[in-house]
Amino acid sequence: MTYTWHFEVLWEYRWIILHGLGYTILFTIICVVLGLLVGLLTGMGRLARSRWITAPIRAYIEVFRCTPVLVQLIWFYYALPVLAGISISAPVAAALCLSLYGGAFYSEIIRGGIIATDPGQTEAGQALGMTRAQVMRRVVLPQAFKRMVPPLISQSIMQLKNTSLLSVLALPDLLYQGQVIAHDTYRPLEIYTLVAVLYFAVLLPVTIWAKRLEFGSSVKES
Amino acid sequence: MTQASLIEIRGLEKSFGKNAVLKGIHLEVAKGEVVALIGPSGSGKSTLLRCINLLTLPDSGQVRVGDHDAAFGKNATRMPGDRELARFRARTGMVFQHFNLFPHMTALGNVMEGPVTVLKQRRKEAEATARELLQKVGLADKTDVYPDKLSGGQKQRVAIARALAMRPDVMLFDEATSALDPELVGEVLQVIKSLAREGMTMILVTHEIAFAKEVADKVIFMRDGVVVECGPPSQVIEAPLQEATRSFLARFKGTHA
Repeated sequence: MTYTWHFEVLWEYRWIILHGLGYTILFTIICVVLGLLVGLLTGMGRLARSRWITAPIRAYIEVFRCTPVLVQLIWFYYALPVLAGISISAPVAAALCLSLYGGAFYSEIIRGGIIATDPGQTEAGQALGMTRAQVMRRVVLPQAFKRMVPPLISQSIMQLKNTSLLSVLALPDLLYQGQVIAHDTYRPLEIYTLVAVLYFAVLLPVTIWAKRLEFGSSVKES
Repeated sequence: MTQASLIEIRGLEKSFGKNAVLKGIHLEVAKGEVVALIGPSGSGKSTLLRCINLLTLPDSGQVRVGDHDAAFGKNATRMPGDRELARFRARTGMVFQHFNLFPHMTALGNVMEGPVTVLKQRRKEAEATARELLQKVGLADKTDVYPDKLSGGQKQRVAIARALAMRPDVMLFDEATSALDPELVGEVLQVIKSLAREGMTMILVTHEIAFAKEVADKVIFMRDGVVVECGPPSQVIEAPLQEATRSFLARFKGTHA
C-alpha cells in the first residue's frame, strides 16, 4: 500500500500554523522568564541557613519534579480553581504551571552552580572585606553563571517542548493548531510531520548555540 | 598590655565538632612586627590565623586588630553581623595557600577589586594603585593576564598585591608557599621579605623554618591548640627550651639547614 503525500493542502492553513508557532514561542518566552525568576529566588533561597526558608522550597521543588507535568497542567486548570475558590483562565493556569514546573528545575541548576564554586573564592572575597551580598554579586555569581548557562538553555528547550501540552487545555499552540487542521483536512500525517519539523527548526539552532557555549566555557575554565 | 600592640588576642578557643583546635590562645603583635607561626599540621596555627581576620569565628575569646574589636563566647554581647565582619576583615590582608585569585578577572582586576568594591574608590585611582603594586611584586607586564595563564609564583604575588591594595594594618600569610613548586618559592619569599623591610606587620604560618628564622621578629611554636613556646628566633629555633619544639625542629634539620 502506498501513501501519496499531499503537503500542498497545508498551504491554505499557513496562517493558522504560523499563529500556532507564534503562540508556542510567546508562551515559551513567558514561561522561561517567569521560571528563571522563580528559579533564581528559590535557588538562592535554598542557600539560606534557616530551615523555615529552605524546607518549603525543597517541598516545592520535589512536588514539581516528581509529578508529570501533564498531570500538573490539568490539576492547575481544573482542581486549583475549585480549591482556591477563584476562576483561572486556561492560559493563566498553564503559564503558572509551566513556570513553576520549569522553575523547580532552574532552581536546582542555579543552586548547583552556586555551591559548585570553590569555597576559597568566597573566602578570598570575605578576606578583602566584602559583605555576603558583594561576594555573591562580584565573585560567586559571575563564575557560577558560566557553568549554569548550558543546563539553563537545555531546560529552556524542555520548556518549549512542554508547551505542546497546552493543547490539552485547548490553547492554540502549534500542536493544537495542527490537530485542528488534521480534523479539517483528514491529512494528519502531513500536518504532524510539518509540526515536528517546525519544532525541530526552532530548537536546532538553540541546541547548537548551547553546545558552543558549553564548549567555550569549559575551555575557559581549564 | 602595651599601647603599641596592634593585635591583641585573648583566651581564644575554637572547636570543630568535638575536636578542640584552639585551647585558649593569647597573642600580642606590635606594629611592624613579623611573627612566624610554626608547628606540626593539625596544631591549630592556620585556624589561629583565620581567627585573626574572623574568617573562622572563634567560640570564645577576644580579637582586636587596631581599633576593631570583636568578642566571642561569654564576654560577647552579640555575634558581629555581616557588615561588621566585613569592616573588620577589610583591615587585614590575607594570602592563601591556594592563591584563590578571582579567575574571571585579570591580574589588574584582581588587585582593583577590593578598593573598588569595598572601599568604593574610583576606578582610575584604584587602577593607578593596582599598577604600582603589581610593579612592586614584579608583575608589571602581567596586568592584563588572567590567572589561568600565570605560574603559581606569579599567582601568589598577584594575591599579595591584591591584599596590599586594601592598605591593611596587618598581612596574614597562610602557608603562602606550600602549594608552590620548589623553584617558585624564592620569588614569593622575596616579596614577603621586602614587605618586612618596609615595616609591614605580618603573621606567617609557614613550614619554611629557615625563612622564619631570617625574617621573623618573633616565632611561635604551636602544638595541639596551645602555644608551646614563643620568643625571638634565636631562642625558639636555635635554642628551644621545650622538648616538643626540639623534636619538631629536628625533623627539619638537614633539609632546611
